[in-house]
Amino acid sequence: MRKLLVLFTFLAAAPLAAQDLGSVLPPDGQVETIEQEGGLTGSVSDESEWQDLGIAIPGFATDRDAPTAANASGTAALGKELARVITADLKNNGLFKPAGPDGLPQPAFAQITAPSWSNWSSRSAEMLVHGYVKAGADGRLTVGCYLYDVSLQNELVRAGWVVPPRDWRRAAHKCADLVYSRLSGESPFFDSRIAYIAETGPKDNRTKRLAIMDSDGANHRFITTGRSTALTPRYSPDYRRLLYLSYVDGNPRIYVYDIGTGKQTLVTQSNNPTFAPRWSPDGRWILYSMAIAGNTDIYRVPADGGQSVRLTTTPGIDIGGSYSPDGSKIVFESDRSGSQQVYVMNADGSDQKRISFFGGRAATPEWSPRGDQIAFTHIAGDFRVAVMSPTGANRRYLTDSWQDEAPTWAPNGRIVQFFRTERGSGRTSLWQVDLTGRNERRLATPADASDPAWGPVLP
Amino acid sequence: MNRNIVIAAIMTGTFALAGCKTAAPKQLPPQQASTMPDETDALPPVETGASLGTQAHFESAVNGQNVVYFDTDRYNIDSVDAAALQTQAQYLMQHTSITVTVEGHADERGTRDYNLALGERRANAAKNYLVGLGIPASRVGTVSYGKERPVAIGSDENSWARNRRAVTVVIN
Repeated sequence: MRKLLVLFTFLAAAPLAAQDLGSVLPPDGQVETIEQEGGLTGSVSDESEWQDLGIAIPGFATDRDAPTAANASGTAALGKELARVITADLKNNGLFKPAGPDGLPQPAFAQITAPSWSNWSSRSAEMLVHGYVKAGADGRLTVGCYLYDVSLQNELVRAGWVVPPRDWRRAAHKCADLVYSRLSGESPFFDSRIAYIAETGPKDNRTKRLAIMDSDGANHRFITTGRSTALTPRYSPDYRRLLYLSYVDGNPRIYVYDIGTGKQTLVTQSNNPTFAPRWSPDGRWILYSMAIAGNTDIYRVPADGGQSVRLTTTPGIDIGGSYSPDGSKIVFESDRSGSQQVYVMNADGSDQKRISFFGGRAATPEWSPRGDQIAFTHIAGDFRVAVMSPTGANRRYLTDSWQDEAPTWAPNGRIVQFFRTERGSGRTSLWQVDLTGRNERRLATPADASDPAWGPVLP
Repeated sequence: MNRNIVIAAIMTGTFALAGCKTAAPKQLPPQQASTMPDETDALPPVETGASLGTQAHFESAVNGQNVVYFDTDRYNIDSVDAAALQTQAQYLMQHTSITVTVEGHADERGTRDYNLALGERRANAAKNYLVGLGIPASRVGTVSYGKERPVAIGSDENSWARNRRAVTVVIN
């Protein structure tokens, strides 16, 4: 850390503390939060069409091309990779037109804090991202990230992080988050992870495995072998545990899986089938749904064990559940009125009210981390991902396909991820769409993919 | 819980008059000619030579009626289902050492969680009917596979109708 401060003092006059991103997931290191000066520009907080803002992202410079465990070709090559990851993050979100390091001139180390403005103004880049990567004596990497306004020839924001070599992509995501937040006025979301179900095999004999990956699909890891079907995972807010459904004992049951130890426990000691696990935003509570003699209700249990409390009592299927960000309310799905519809109740189960009244069926509600919207699956012939206000007003479709379902929110509540099933083949894939519905893209996964669950931004 | 039992009991009493008829898929083996086997009749002899305690023996004895089908989003036992379950019940009465699991399934046109709950509801509807006919509940288990295990792989009404089912399976 002392070295880092020296480095920054050398690079620029303003003092700056680098953020240590720790070593392994789940995050176990303490992190320092840097202070940023205020004064946002071009804040985008409405849901109208976002603009395309040109951002040049040339390769990150290095003080000397040193060997690193993060890249077989050394820190110079790693600098280009960092810029590529940032470019990919900022693409396809409807806000920016990023240009990556391939096809841009490579700035020298000294230029990181003193950009050659004419180079960039002639390329119609309105914004410029510069950065550097430096391998320390202990092997750890220091990554600096600078955002410049080209026309103003002005620095907008900067930050630095220290990461172990294997977490180099996290530094890139932190830089992308810095740029995104500074330019959009929104909260960051790139440095986050996704749990989902990887699918292989024919439609009538699918192998379904629990898997986790970074928000951009990197650092992919399978958690289960596929010998028994795994479904519907949910990351705990601290990324240390996963809730998911497994048929490992022959019956559908929800397990709490500890990522660090690899151990798992039943969410509740019962011979009844359990479905649809969910975390409370503070990670202290787990919701699950349990069927007794065919009747399914929603239960709440402390995450560290204890007595389950039944929250719904009406005959029919009450299932799922998603907390409001403050934890005071739960939106859930019930067919008590005859078909799947969306209801809201207080967190203790009181005051249950239907909020979806627009024809068709409404399922899989998920409360936005911002609190202002509920994403859900609307079923009227086709299955489409839609959003509505927490009162059920202002329904808007975000997708239009044969079968899109199971929306999950990006940590900043601006993007919704879901899975799409192809008619006939039954093949599945993960997609995400912004709140305008205009910017939709498929996430690359090693196999077919369903049941995505997006976790919060890493500390 | 009570609701399903009540429904099963009602259906037991009124299956012959049931108005809601599940459309059985056309490719399935034809149902037995008589809508309701005479309960005093012995089951037809098993012809396959499969031994007691196997799924083959059971399926042969009930003439393929180990599966009942449901309408979209429904789980009621209609008259065709009732006849099939009565045949199953006769077999279970006759072979008291046999225990079974009823597997509940849904078609692909439903969300995953809901379909798991719906499959459970269908499996229980079939189970409750068997229990209503006198089979001890301890001999009939249930499991839901939701939309995870289709038998028909098309994305059309016919395939979906074949997948909305409760399958009775002998436990070895």
